[in-house]
Amino acid sequence: MAGPDLLEVVDVDVALSGRMVLHDVNFRIDHGEFTGLIGSNGAGKTTLLRVLLGLQEVVRGRVLIHGEPMTRSNSSVGYVPQKVLFETDVPVRVRDFVALGIDGHRFGLARRTRQTYELVDEILDSVEATPFANRRIGSLSGGEQQRVLIAHALVSKPELLLLDEPLANLDPGSAQEIIQLLHSVVANQHVAILLSAHEMNPLLPVMDRVVYVANGRVASGTTDEVVQPGVLSSLYGHHVDVLRVHGRVLVVAGDDDHDGSHVADHPALVIE
Amino acid sequence: MHVLLEPGLFSNDTVRTALVLGALVSIVSGVVGVFTVLRGQSFAGHALTDVATAGGAGASLAALSPLAGFIGGGVIGAGAMDAIGVQRVKDRDVATGVVLGAATGLSALFLYLITLQTTTTGSTQSILFGSVFTVEPSTLPDVLVLTALVLVGLAVIRRPLLMSSISPELAAARGVRLRAVGIVFMVMLAVAVGLSAIVIGSILSTALLIGPPASALRVSTRLSRALLLACALGVAATWLGIVFAYDSYYWFGSGRGLPVSFFVVVDVLAEFVLVSLVARRRRRLLAPFGRGARPDHVGWI
Repeated sequence: MAGPDLLEVVDVDVALSGRMVLHDVNFRIDHGEFTGLIGSNGAGKTTLLRVLLGLQEVVRGRVLIHGEPMTRSNSSVGYVPQKVLFETDVPVRVRDFVALGIDGHRFGLARRTRQTYELVDEILDSVEATPFANRRIGSLSGGEQQRVLIAHALVSKPELLLLDEPLANLDPGSAQEIIQLLHSVVANQHVAILLSAHEMNPLLPVMDRVVYVANGRVASGTTDEVVQPGVLSSLYGHHVDVLRVHGRVLVVAGDDDHDGSHVADHPALVIE
Repeated sequence: MHVLLEPGLFSNDTVRTALVLGALVSIVSGVVGVFTVLRGQSFAGHALTDVATAGGAGASLAALSPLAGFIGGGVIGAGAMDAIGVQRVKDRDVATGVVLGAATGLSALFLYLITLQTTTTGSTQSILFGSVFTVEPSTLPDVLVLTALVLVGLAVIRRPLLMSSISPELAAARGVRLRAVGIVFMVMLAVAVGLSAIVIGSILSTALLIGPPASALRVSTRLSRALLLACALGVAATWLGIVFAYDSYYWFGSGRGLPVSFFVVVDVLAEFVLVSLVARRRRRLLAPFGRGARPDHVGWI
């Protein structure tokens, strides 16, 4: 008999400042799955990630890790935040910053052991960050910083890695490198990934599942199950079309009175 | 300067006490100051100096120990800032400004009342601008214990403090209690301000708290090196200030020395300018190697 899923989100409602922002959220993630958390800016992706981290209270529902209620700072969950602006004068080398992923929450006088740095070096190598391991974190480029943040999250050996818009502000080449890196993390370290993005196309080749957020509601499943007009129209509350062009997906706002075949005649708002 | 140094300078008990006090205060200010600058709390540190002024003046008025007044005032101010909202970045300046304004008003009242009690301005001068040469040697053990407490405390919380300074969001995700760490740090900051107030005065203690750490952070790639350099620069500025102030008794034939705090602040400023020039030159030298790069054969700090 199979054990519980790695992550289960069951009937979750979330309110911010008294306003309901997520309704009836349900989805699950299993070990070693690459899941895209897709939605436009302001859809509630970051709020949902904060719920999964135990940083945001839910109004209703449950978040379970291995079938147990989620607690704050669960060591099974690693996190890469949306934007970390490292000041240029922060006197912290990449190696030391990654080591904080192991002991950054611990109080005490203990010094770091050689084993800690061996683990750090191993993780830096796995994300191809060894060449800048001794540089200040504030001196790195955006793509390099993203690798270091991923290493920081991976060094505590999480089973689930949450990434909040890691591709934002990266040029297409760097974004592709990060996606391939994350894909190899899933394959080699069997870590499940939930990555939020407002653009799903770069993720299509590597995504096992998608969690699509719109209008405060969520649809989840494989890409083919979720990214179709019926499901997305239901989420958005009005008709949308899904166009597939050269392997890319375009979600466009359709006309409620038409079946979407008139997109060319009526220039539509591209949602995704 | 008399030849180089006034003969017998270091055999003078007052000077020896001042040098030891200055070293201890510079070390605690350097260490706390590095985290203050990293956390972007320089303004909060400055506000605490004004609260310490009120505490010191209040203590003087009540014939209590000025050190207890400086530190007590600072700790109360730190608590008030936290209660108003120093943890939230957007509220920080508001909280700091409110506390600073209230503290300055209290200081004005207490200092006025002191002038009514005495016929000289010695107390006011010593509260605002320090009087390290008049500090009783019996104060040294208190300063030593407080310095040790702050340094050990900071060593214990250094990693969560550093994490929350670099990225509060990452720290929170790892389970760091941001508010608790912030309050503990603010108390340490208040103690550091109180200690430096007895050397260079409450108003100028920001100079020791921010100057040497800001200089150190410009050229250090590792936290441990930044801490050591900040301490070294602080001690150098304070010791030079004490030596210059002592020697200045003989400069103009008036038999009146210039204030230690003036020399310390000048030294801190000179260090900052010098280190900034070195940092700029270093960046130019390293530019051909790429952004932030440092070849192995080039090193400083």
